[in-house]
Amino acid sequence: MYNYTDFDTAFIKERNAQFRSQVERRIDGSLTEDEFKPLRLMNGLYLQLHAYMLRVAIPYGTLNSRQMHVLADIADKWDKGYGHFTTRQNIQYNWPELRDVPDMLDALGEVQMHAIQTSGNTIRNVTADHFAGAAADEIADPRPVAELIRQWSTDHPEFQFLPRKFKVAVTGSQNDRAVTKAHDIGLRMVERDGATGFEVIVGGGLGRTPMIGKVLRDFLPREDLLPYLEAIVSVYNLLGRRDNKYKARIKITVHENGLEDFGARVEERFALIRPQFGGVDQQMLAGIESDFAAPEFRSAATQDYEDARQHYPAFRSWADTNLSEHRAPGYAIVTISLKAHGATPGDATSAQMRLMADLAKRYGHDELRISHEQNVILPHVHKNDLPSIYSALRAAGLGTANIGLISDIIACPGMDYCALATARSIPIAQEIATRFDELKIEHDVGPLKIKISGCINACGHHHVGHIGILGLDRAGVESYQITLGGDGTENAAIGERAGPGFSADDIIPAIERLVMAYLDLRSEPAETFLDTYRRLGLAPFKAALYPEARANAA
Amino acid sequence: MPRAFTPKVVTANALLEGDVIYQTVSGWSRNLEEAEVLTDEADADLRLIDASQQQELVVGVYLADVDISGAAPKPTHFREDFRARGPSNYAHGKQEVKAHV
Ligand code: HEM
Ligand code: SF4
Repeated sequence: MYNYTDFDTAFIKERNAQFRSQVERRIDGSLTEDEFKPLRLMNGLYLQLHAYMLRVAIPYGTLNSRQMHVLADIADKWDKGYGHFTTRQNIQYNWPELRDVPDMLDALGEVQMHAIQTSGNTIRNVTADHFAGAAADEIADPRPVAELIRQWSTDHPEFQFLPRKFKVAVTGSQNDRAVTKAHDIGLRMVERDGATGFEVIVGGGLGRTPMIGKVLRDFLPREDLLPYLEAIVSVYNLLGRRDNKYKARIKITVHENGLEDFGARVEERFALIRPQFGGVDQQMLAGIESDFAAPEFRSAATQDYEDARQHYPAFRSWADTNLSEHRAPGYAIVTISLKAHGATPGDATSAQMRLMADLAKRYGHDELRISHEQNVILPHVHKNDLPSIYSALRAAGLGTANIGLISDIIACPGMDYCALATARSIPIAQEIATRFDELKIEHDVGPLKIKISGCINACGHHHVGHIGILGLDRAGVESYQITLGGDGTENAAIGERAGPGFSADDIIPAIERLVMAYLDLRSEPAETFLDTYRRLGLAPFKAALYPEARANAA
Repeated sequence: MPRAFTPKVVTANALLEGDVIYQTVSGWSRNLEEAEVLTDEADADLRLIDASQQQELVVGVYLADVDISGAAPKPTHFREDFRARGPSNYAHGKQEVKAHV
């Protein structure tokens, strides 16, 4: 893992001290809210519906057990004993009090964490594949590159007041688990003639005008990465629209100017600034890479694991859904579900955080990851340790065997917390999960991603859900619109609107009809919901959603 | 024709805790039932200005519609309902406070 240098530590301390004095001045009345608001947002502090909210960055989703313990301690000391893990590899605390926030930031600083650039019109927390460094399908670990980008972008003087927020995601695998095509810049590590470089994707994004990113360079040599990123962001900084907040994202810039024109400007700028990058960045990268050296994997038999699979059906079921292939023989990647049926997606109590930290320390080379799907990952676990891990997880309410299934729902905070929401998201997620658990068909239905947002900002990624749900306000009543066929992987697609929205009471039955229709329509059990949708299109699903329309037409 | 003025309360968040609060005749309360109901537009404007000037106490002041057909003011929109009540997934915030009285 990357370790802070003395420079980093001093920088965070200084920054926290600055914010402490700003908070004091707000409380004693020397700063007005208008003056204070941009300052608090620069430090990840929002004011939400019922309380303040502190958003803490978990760069590229990577944590060690000590950091996770501190996240738990913060939840106990200054919040209500839990934290909310988000789709952008952050943790959000929903109940801090203003005067405590400087202490929270200091506690984070002690373990090399912070809340800088988790808000504001700047380059946000850089996200990466949550299986980085572990996945069997990986070309190279994307985290050193993500860390380099973080260092370059943190407090970068030119990029503190961009037209709008700016999000970068990196993956080192063929299978895109980082939703790179829905980011302002997506970077995919690729190989050409034995060398690794990047496919550079720009202009993806969700929100009001969802767009899939476009390839700007199909192969960018590694050593050109920072100057090229700098060229893209500075062209956007100049060209991006500041007249209209909703048109300020780079996706609109690329769309309005055309990929070719935008690309030409980037290349021009790149040629100009390339010589300024004399190789220090590459030396830094080499240093960072050594921090991310893989742990020493042990070679041992996996007999205990095989035995447990054979004798314990619950264990087998969990292993089938929650494990992924590791690149080292005898190892597995464990995804811990934060989606117990009926629970709030992404929430973990402090006790659960501590347990996950302890398991990582004891069995997982002290590493944890947070996924953009609001789950927690132990990236390096020897298979023989899995039975012990499973029973510990299960005892803590963390043993749900549902990764990738219908109850593994991403849901934004919605109107239960978020000041921008137009409807609630969490209760809808809770009810869907509970309903399909009661029906006992979750495993039969197989891979299916439901994603829910409480407004058009699309924090819950509904546009890229196989089934997307968007909460709206229709004349003072909560209403839910369904989109179908979205996909957040390397084959990224934006879902299609299925038709008129449903009331809060009607949405669960509608989802049930949709899933039942799929079970009827699929050609074989191995055909996933998304495959069936792609084969048959919207029509049969629409008919299932709106049976009365069909009856009326007949 | 100008639209008829509907009853309102002045609401905001508390500066220190972030809690949803309502202006009463003499100060602020966390309880909507104690809010001062404003039925006159000019009056409401004045109370809003007064509240907005209390920067050392409150953040984000605005007028919210209420239904006054019952004994105490009630929210007309579901957003204000959640603000008055707290989140629906946990008994936190106001619900928690009420559970302890
Ligand atoms: C409750 C506090 C939150 C607020 C006020 C908030 C605000 C916003 C806003 C204003 C946007 C639209 C930005 C734009 O299109 O220019 C947005 C987008 C987004 N937010 Fe949030 N958000 C919150 C929480 C979350 C959470 C909890 C998650 C994850 C579960 C999240 C993840 C995202 C994502 C993925 C997007 C889409 C980015 C895109 O445009 O591609 N946010 N958010
Ligand atoms: S999608 Fe809307 S409601 Fe949900 S967290 Fe984002 S801004 Fe809030």
